[in-house]
Amino acid sequence: MQKAKSFHAQKAVGRTMIYLILGICTIICILPFIWMLLTSVKSTAEAYKFPPTVFPKKWLWTNYTNGLQKANFPLYFKNTAILTALCTIGTVLSAQYVAYGFSRFKCKGSKLWYTLMLATMMLPNQVTLIPQYLLYLKLGMVDTYLPLLIPSWLGGGAFNIFLFIQFFRTLPKELDEAAFIDGASTFQTFVYIMMPSVKSVSLCVLVMSLVYNWNDFFTPLIYINSTKKFTLAIGLQFLNSSMGTTKIGQMMAVAVATMIPVLIVFFLCQKYFVEGIKMSGIKD
Amino acid sequence: MKKNRSSGFDRRNTINFYAFIAPWLFGFLVLTVYPMLESFRLSLTDTGFTGDGSYIGFANFIQALSTETRVLTAFKNTFFYVLMFVPLNLILSFFLGWLLSRKIKFLGFFRSVFYIPYLTAGVAVTIMWGWLFNGTYGLINYTLSLFGIQGPNWLGDKNTALICIVVMNLWSIGNNVLIMLAGIQDIPTSYYESAEIDGASTWRQIWSITVPLSTPTIYFNLVMGVIGAFQLFNQPYILTDGGPVDSTLTVSLFIFRNAFEYGKMGYASSVAWLLFVAIMVLVLLIQSTQKKWVFYGDS
Repeated sequence: MQKAKSFHAQKAVGRTMIYLILGICTIICILPFIWMLLTSVKSTAEAYKFPPTVFPKKWLWTNYTNGLQKANFPLYFKNTAILTALCTIGTVLSAQYVAYGFSRFKCKGSKLWYTLMLATMMLPNQVTLIPQYLLYLKLGMVDTYLPLLIPSWLGGGAFNIFLFIQFFRTLPKELDEAAFIDGASTFQTFVYIMMPSVKSVSLCVLVMSLVYNWNDFFTPLIYINSTKKFTLAIGLQFLNSSMGTTKIGQMMAVAVATMIPVLIVFFLCQKYFVEGIKMSGIKD
Repeated sequence: MKKNRSSGFDRRNTINFYAFIAPWLFGFLVLTVYPMLESFRLSLTDTGFTGDGSYIGFANFIQALSTETRVLTAFKNTFFYVLMFVPLNLILSFFLGWLLSRKIKFLGFFRSVFYIPYLTAGVAVTIMWGWLFNGTYGLINYTLSLFGIQGPNWLGDKNTALICIVVMNLWSIGNNVLIMLAGIQDIPTSYYESAEIDGASTWRQIWSITVPLSTPTIYFNLVMGVIGAFQLFNQPYILTDGGPVDSTLTVSLFIFRNAFEYGKMGYASSVAWLLFVAIMVLVLLIQSTQKKWVFYGDS
């Protein structure tokens, strides 16, 4: 009896510990954002005060309007939105198209291509970066969105292709055969039978690739030069390097604004993010 | 007759296979295979901004490995970062993933809380960390001052700058935590039940059941983590510009500067190849130990 009691007590202590640790982690994850939000409505004078005030004496919402006007941010929002949309559509469509080929048709060499495709996941991009750049330069595509768009429409990365392959493999082959007997071409089978069947994966890839492309910093940094073609990521960095911490409130306000679309997508489509993570845990 | 039919079937399969993988294959050949070979060729030339240059043998490699000590610094920093970040990332994400798997309340809430830092990771969050680490007005030093500790000038101090970058990247490992969680949740509860009957303690259960059965996930995160960590670029570029005194100069940043700021495409290619070889050697080393500790179940 005594033993059972102490066992339960031990369990309760364990539970409390778990919630305590998770609580501390929650604070660590969230506090930086809260601090950022609070700084975003402080005047420069107040932000540079020690000890700092927690809540601003005067809530300076004009930091948002002033900050966003600093470097044509409405335009960067538009650029990023268009680019992200085009990259995401390309990734979702081309990744499943390619994945269907890998998962359904076996022939001489198909295994080798599959292995090579997976191997590209491990390739650091530095080793292809410079010749890629020089190639795009020769084709006159530097300072256009094409170097950012083209890879998305050519499979959209091995990882996304892999996610679709995993799912196609779970679909019965009878599905294709029935369509074939009904006289559908392979392409028709893909469009009318297969694409609807993998809709759940498409949605996961869609939300993840939205976020990825919205946040991408390196690719536009390499390829985009003219300020009117900037994306938010490089616009923000540009503002940071020119204005830096001199107007920290405005800087934070702009930074907050660029994150809002990602957060909206997350809260609307949480389900698909969670699904996507589960799928990426699948090991071959 | 039968043979004919089967060869017709094979041919159709072959045609279909290539018709569907064509977009990827084209990208693979033009944007991966060709650039890899070309990058090696460039590394043996003195190519500049325009893409033209002449053959200079191994001069770039000699310069990178002996004359320019900065390359060595960049590699040292990068290795230091990998050695700090990758193990901490694995331990923390396993530990937190395990905590989340303990049939807790508000799982959805905690999942979102851990995921949001990963989701928003980008320039905005990097700038936010720059402000938090501010030596005089930052939240971190303010918090420390409440305990009577005088914090260093974090990003402005050559001894702490790289550690700050480790910290901010550990802050956004939520994705790995959730991948670990998914792996742990896949472990059949019957294993734990029989361990419970045998009177195994929680620690014992973690060591004998959860850890071994999570090794495939840990292995995957280890390999991808090493490859990712070796390419560290954003924070050194945005926050410290490689400084102070080159203490956050990473190989990626070095390559970027040489290629796109100084126009030394050939030289940058040679350093890129050194990085590639370093990563591959390490990944192969990890792979060679795989049989000893990664447990793939019965199959």
